[in-house]
Amino acid sequence: MAAAEQKPSIPTLMEFFVVVVRIGLTSFGGGLSGWLLREFVQRRHWLDEEEFLSGLSLAQAFPGVNVVNLSIWIGYRLLGTRGALAGACGIIVPPAILVVLIAALFAALTDYPLTHLVLDGVGAAAVGLSLQMGIIAARRVAMKGLEQIVIMAAAFVAVGLLHISLPLVVVVLGALSVSLAYWRLARA
Amino acid sequence: MSNRLLQICMVFGSASLLSFGGGSAIVPELQLQTVHDYGWLTSRQFADSFAITQVTPGPSTLLVTLLGYRADGLAGALLATVAMIVPASVLVGVVTMLWLRTGHARWHVALERGIAPIAVGLVVASGIIIARTVDHGVSAWAVTLAAGLVLGVTKLNPLAVVCAGGVIGLLLNSV
Repeated sequence: MAAAEQKPSIPTLMEFFVVVVRIGLTSFGGGLSGWLLREFVQRRHWLDEEEFLSGLSLAQAFPGVNVVNLSIWIGYRLLGTRGALAGACGIIVPPAILVVLIAALFAALTDYPLTHLVLDGVGAAAVGLSLQMGIIAARRVAMKGLEQIVIMAAAFVAVGLLHISLPLVVVVLGALSVSLAYWRLARA
Repeated sequence: MSNRLLQICMVFGSASLLSFGGGSAIVPELQLQTVHDYGWLTSRQFADSFAITQVTPGPSTLLVTLLGYRADGLAGALLATVAMIVPASVLVGVVTMLWLRTGHARWHVALERGIAPIAVGLVVASGIIIARTVDHGVSAWAVTLAAGLVLGVTKLNPLAVVCAGGVIGLLLNSV
């Protein structure tokens, strides 16, 4: 491990795949992007931090699981198309197999009312986690200006309170918001 | 391909392209379709599946794998996962290629700035909607709020907080 610092900064496909699989299997819920940063940038120096953050913002801006998107981005950046494929498969396939096994196990336990009480508590706490992450992200967006706040609030009200259909909101508001941002940049 | 598998493809394939903000935005939509429209599973099973994916490794979007599993066994699980991952991944793969080729173009910045506030608005909205479907009763809401507060003011591991929620849920409801 100590001599690993001096290695060339491009990993082999296998090295990359193994690291991605390990992250997929050992990290939970919210913190996956943090794990990727630690492994790829800080520990192995396969990417620099600025590149990583640029990939992260792209991964978050587009639909799909953030961490899958990020693995595709990193994989493509390091090893081209095969890297992108290895990244996507490595991060999703092993945990997917595991979750089915666990769910099948749980199915045997769901006759007991206690199981539901535990799962209800877990679900309720998990909702708290996602709300809290949403609020942190909202605070970050709010600091960027009034325009961003209005668009964010519009998305929240349309989907959360008025229950307008998600595709409609994304397409209409997205087109509006991106053209507005582009227009501002062009004028600046 | 059976009718059911075709429906799975459609439900999760379209969810894939709508999953802005990391996937939690589509949870309410998925519940509507899998529980109410198609009746693949009960509300109870949906809530259980949601909770299980919060305490197992990997992204919590693996909820779709369990929904597919309930709908049509292993074939359903496989198909739901593929339908959820592939469309968005292909899109992101293509954008990545263009992105890395064009350097710091103006449309990069415009896309990032334009989409970020919408994604965040959707995440908060879905948090509220999921709370409404998952949280039955005052004690569940209390656990949600407490977990949010604890995570906001401490650096505790989220997994520990979520597991503590399970224990508290058990204690609150069995006394």
